Amino acid sequence: MAELTLLADALVRSTPLILAGLAVALAFRGGVFNIGAEGQLLAGATASTTVSLAFGNSLGGLTPLLGALAGMMAGALWAGIAAELKRRFHVLEIISTIMLNFISIHLVSYLVRGPLQEPTRIYPQTETIAESAHLPIVLPGTRLHLGFVIAVFTALLLAWYFQRTASGFRVRATGASPAAAQSAGRIDVARTSFLVFVASGALAGLAGSIEVSGVTFALYENLSPGHGYTAIAVALIAGLNPVGVVGSGIFFGLLETGATALQRDFAIPSSLASVTEAALILAVLSFAAWRGRTVFGLRERVSA
Amino acid sequence: MRIAFGLIRADAGELMIRGKRVQLASPADAIAAGIGMVHQQFSLVAAMTVAENVALGGKGRLDIDAVSRTIAELGERTGLTLDPRARVADLGSADRQKLEIMRTLAHDAHTIILDEPTAVLTPTDVTELFTQLRAFAASGGTVILITHKLRDALAYADDVTVLRHGRTVLTGRMSEASAHSLTTAMIGSTSQTSDGSSTTVDTVDRPAHPAVATISQVVIDLHDPGAQPVSLQIERGEIVGIAALEGKAAGLLRMLAGRLVPDTGMVSIPEHVGFVPENRQEEAIIPDFTLTENLALKDAGVRSGKFDWYDFHTRATTVIAEFDVKVDSSESTARLLSGGNQQRFVLGRELSENPPLLVLENPTQGLDVKAAAAIHFRVREAATRGTAVAFYSSDLDELAELSSRVVVMRRSGMVVCAPDREVIGRLLLETELSAVHG
Repeated sequence: MAELTLLADALVRSTPLILAGLAVALAFRGGVFNIGAEGQLLAGATASTTVSLAFGNSLGGLTPLLGALAGMMAGALWAGIAAELKRRFHVLEIISTIMLNFISIHLVSYLVRGPLQEPTRIYPQTETIAESAHLPIVLPGTRLHLGFVIAVFTALLLAWYFQRTASGFRVRATGASPAAAQSAGRIDVARTSFLVFVASGALAGLAGSIEVSGVTFALYENLSPGHGYTAIAVALIAGLNPVGVVGSGIFFGLLETGATALQRDFAIPSSLASVTEAALILAVLSFAAWRGRTVFGLRERVSA
Repeated sequence: MRIAFGLIRADAGELMIRGKRVQLASPADAIAAGIGMVHQQFSLVAAMTVAENVALGGKGRLDIDAVSRTIAELGERTGLTLDPRARVADLGSADRQKLEIMRTLAHDAHTIILDEPTAVLTPTDVTELFTQLRAFAASGGTVILITHKLRDALAYADDVTVLRHGRTVLTGRMSEASAHSLTTAMIGSTSQTSDGSSTTVDTVDRPAHPAVATISQVVIDLHDPGAQPVSLQIERGEIVGIAALEGKAAGLLRMLAGRLVPDTGMVSIPEHVGFVPENRQEEAIIPDFTLTENLALKDAGVRSGKFDWYDFHTRATTVIAEFDVKVDSSESTARLLSGGNQQRFVLGRELSENPPLLVLENPTQGLDVKAAAAIHFRVREAATRGTAVAFYSSDLDELAELSSRVVVMRRSGMVVCAPDREVIGRLLLETELSAVHG
């Protein structure tokens, strides 16, 4: 039974990684280098917490849904700032999204010490959300919540979207070659990029919302130990393939929960997991470059 | 020229510099051998100063003061003066050109190659540039000038070589050449009709049938204050060749293809237009996508809902079979195809829904003779079926061969003429002369 609990913990841990990984994969496939999943995730978590606290128990089981919607909207809005800056002033999204990450990290810091702090004013965090706002547990006896199922379902949906819909094809074409998409495909590339950017933010916001309603039940600093950054690795290692993101997300979830257990039981520093993650990313990127492929368009972009 | 500057290696033959056979593996070798090149597009770092730009490509320690002294010395010797501390971003085109030349001189070049140096200069700057170049030549240097502007060449060069399709067609002293002999060499063979202005039909377009596409009173080049609005009509089943100076037809073609909306005037085109752009790899196909996906790319912007990949696959397979595209299957990536096969696929895709209008841009550029002939055959076939065709080509032979009617784009407006290379060439070169000194 201990193994099951551990496995469930890993899946719980992988849930935000998968969702934020899908956000990154969607953006990168569409040629948008959204490095801001972290900030969008926090925006989503903040909005979701606020909505859940506002409605308390009055809505019953609908609260998590409403929280998720609020989270997606907040994530979309946060990404929308960078998307609008890109569309209107051609501000490189790599820079703007990183900057927005810092803003949202510090904004959360402020909120949990100021307007959103719990009534006793002792801890730098919000009140915990009502029981009815929690996501249901799908595997009794463990912490595995519905969010994981949602993440897997979202991945399948995104895969279907890329492969089977006209809109998904437009996103892929825009990412693969904006000039050909515009000329041969008569695709409105600027509009497609904008929408991809915003949708990517919504997915990251959903990750934050689900983290609140499934795991933390409150908003506090360091709610995300860099999920939004790890998500970039998750997406890249999956080759930006949505179904692959589920696999690499679970892998990173296992790695991170394993590292915590190792530190607890054997005093092996958990930073070892971060080192492993980074080494893995380098290996994958080097392999892709060595095979003569541009690293998902990143190389061209950086040299341009 | 790219061989002389070490950018590409010669397949055959040898390169002699000052009587010595040399092998240039890179531009660095060429610079060391005393060759400097000024490219058509400036290669300067805008954020850096004049002195820093001159120091680029140097070896060893960076001593800006020494570079500044070199610049001052050069100024005294050649009359090329620039403030070493000025930022390149603040310099105009003429000064940037000067800086390019100074940089080659600072690296002790005895031979300077200039590729279309006057393209970005005003007439006054052109005169100044050539005065400086003559001074450099008088001091023992060699200047190689690549230009399509006859006036410049006639006025300032000692020797002339005319290249056409990569072959030397004329070489000799400039004093023995004339505008006419150069024109003849540039266009190719002379026939007796060359002075017949009667072959120029008129400047107004007279369609016999209702036009498939109409352009009226559109100003193509908004950056050129002297540009006149143009009008053009294209009928069902005709092939209109468009002759223009390099890069001057792109706007018109994109308007015809519905890819560009003019700021002034009116464009009326059918809903479905086939468009085969010049830069195939960037605009027509996505090399990493399969042929099926590349087929689906056409009009992807206006589709909605689900994609029926089976249908796209079938249609791609049909295009492959009908247009003789050599590939294993439609699931191969476009990157794997040769240029000719890619072009046939693109043409097939654009013709697959029998569009009333087909727009082509240098349709056979980079293709071998056989592949080019195949493209021509397909275009004629489409025209026979009733498709109106408009195409631009930088190759006069192609214009003469494929067109039923040729439109020459000049600054003063468009002139319609018969598909005769002689006439087209003459009209185009007149355009060039007027473009420089008009």
